[in-house]
Amino acid sequence: MWDKSIAELRTGLRAGEFSAAELCAECLDRIGAAQPRLNAFVTLDAERALAAARAADEALEHGEDSDLTGLPVVHKDNFCTAGLKTTCGSRMLADFVPPYDSTATANIAAAGAITLGKTNMDEFAMGSSTEHSHFGTVRNPWDLDRVPGGSSGGSAAAVAAGLIPFATGSDTGGSIRQPAAFCGVTGIKPSYGRVSRYGLVAFASSLDQAGAIGRSAEDCAWLLKAMSGHDPRDSTSVEREVEDYPALLDLDVGGLKIGLPREYWHGIDEDVAAATMRAVDELIRLGAQVSEVSMPNAPLAVSTYYLIAPAECSSNLSRFDGVRYGHRCEAPRNLADLYSRSRAEGFGAEVKRRILVGTYALSAGYYEAYYGKAMRARHLIADDFRRAFESVDVLISPTAPTVAFGVGEKEGDPIAMYSADVNTVAVNLAGVPAISVPGESASGLPVGVQMIGRYFDEARLLALAHQLQRATDWHTRRPEEIAGEAGR
Amino acid sequence: MSNIDPQTVAHTARLARLAVGEDELDAYVSHFRALLDFVADLTEAPLEGVEPMAHPLDLQQPLRADEVSEPDARDAFQPLAPEAADGYYLVPKVIE
Repeated sequence: MWDKSIAELRTGLRAGEFSAAELCAECLDRIGAAQPRLNAFVTLDAERALAAARAADEALEHGEDSDLTGLPVVHKDNFCTAGLKTTCGSRMLADFVPPYDSTATANIAAAGAITLGKTNMDEFAMGSSTEHSHFGTVRNPWDLDRVPGGSSGGSAAAVAAGLIPFATGSDTGGSIRQPAAFCGVTGIKPSYGRVSRYGLVAFASSLDQAGAIGRSAEDCAWLLKAMSGHDPRDSTSVEREVEDYPALLDLDVGGLKIGLPREYWHGIDEDVAAATMRAVDELIRLGAQVSEVSMPNAPLAVSTYYLIAPAECSSNLSRFDGVRYGHRCEAPRNLADLYSRSRAEGFGAEVKRRILVGTYALSAGYYEAYYGKAMRARHLIADDFRRAFESVDVLISPTAPTVAFGVGEKEGDPIAMYSADVNTVAVNLAGVPAISVPGESASGLPVGVQMIGRYFDEARLLALAHQLQRATDWHTRRPEEIAGEAGR
Repeated sequence: MSNIDPQTVAHTARLARLAVGEDELDAYVSHFRALLDFVADLTEAPLEGVEPMAHPLDLQQPLRADEVSEPDARDAFQPLAPEAADGYYLVPKVIE
């Protein structure tokens, strides 16, 4: 069952080929077997999941099913889940059990999916390797000595290893797309405002957006449809009808105008660039027209991002004060000591670096020089997209400059890690949607191809990715069996 | 652009209410310098006259009716606190 697509699972459940309880148990077994090697999970919710699966079987039997009834799903550990630990990969929230659900995960549950557990991540979603988790490094199922990417590394690794058909992630500067690229799966970051951020623990509020990771664009379409929608509890969620993404996968993409942004090819490994061009060639065969476009302010994107994201993080994370919830230090001498020591003990190294840099960039005397400048550059970067989309429908680039790097390779050099986000961060600064799909790699390690669309053009991105995947078999490649080996 | 020294880091850490030990200051100084060097392309870019953009959407602030919409959930929230009693959050004595 575990290697079936969402469409096949939906059909199989309805035809009685297997039950939701069997499917759920199989996924839980595989997760358990792979955990010692991948460390993709922080928390499992086996008992409640199996009970929910049995209830789903009854619903299916009585014809009371919804889109995702009986399908197992896992959530990145920064989505609040009522009664289920939500750690954000941090010591600060190591014992935090939220009393409420995020809207995105509640929507997915309302569509009938069953939550099996919570996936490991870079602490507070700050990182591109999932090495910065209080609960240990996540490994890439294609090569256990390499990182899965980050910060949604647990979700991407779990999908790639066939532990779960699909998973949620969040993407502030590439945290869905880059791990999808490194793990050989498909990941979509929708437009800012498409999915509610209510209950998604905030990192950088003007950049954060929840999205879907799956083994194909079609599988992502099902999850994105379920999680999307306007939410009165998030003032930045947009009141706009959710399109029926799975039904729109056959949208005509012939004649689609594709732009290749010239600035997105600097410092890209040959293998990754070649894989991206092979995807472009396939799209030409499907009838797309390709031209080169310029995004002249793209070179400013990483600098802009690494000022704005830390600035917003320093503000958002000020809520962790050791008073109302989260870690509190032992024997505080006074209130100031309680605040500063609880925070120093609760946060890991990368989070502290970003809080300090962000605080500095916002502080008196430096605000205009750093945060102010970054907000101005952000405008130019967003304008680049606006202009490009006047002449083309979709932009295509490599998702990341390289294949997955080695565990520990960039340790001690945060700036090197930041630099590798060069092709993903501008998308968040502008707020447009983007998807990463597996390309054909010569090295045997996965590479990601990024497709960027206009605001709220998710349906077209998913259709383009789906039709590329129908014409090729790149997304069907799997790493060597991890769960099976560990189970033997 | 600016001179980062251990005092700058210590001052920033105080603003962030983050305890940073003397022995950690040098590492943060190096990181600050590297980061500010890394973003120099931006800080040196001619951006005068460009409108700042704080947010990706041209949003109108949506207003809801001024009515209570959330139930009182104190009993659900306070068990999460490190220390609470009688409906209050407990902290060390603030006034000596």
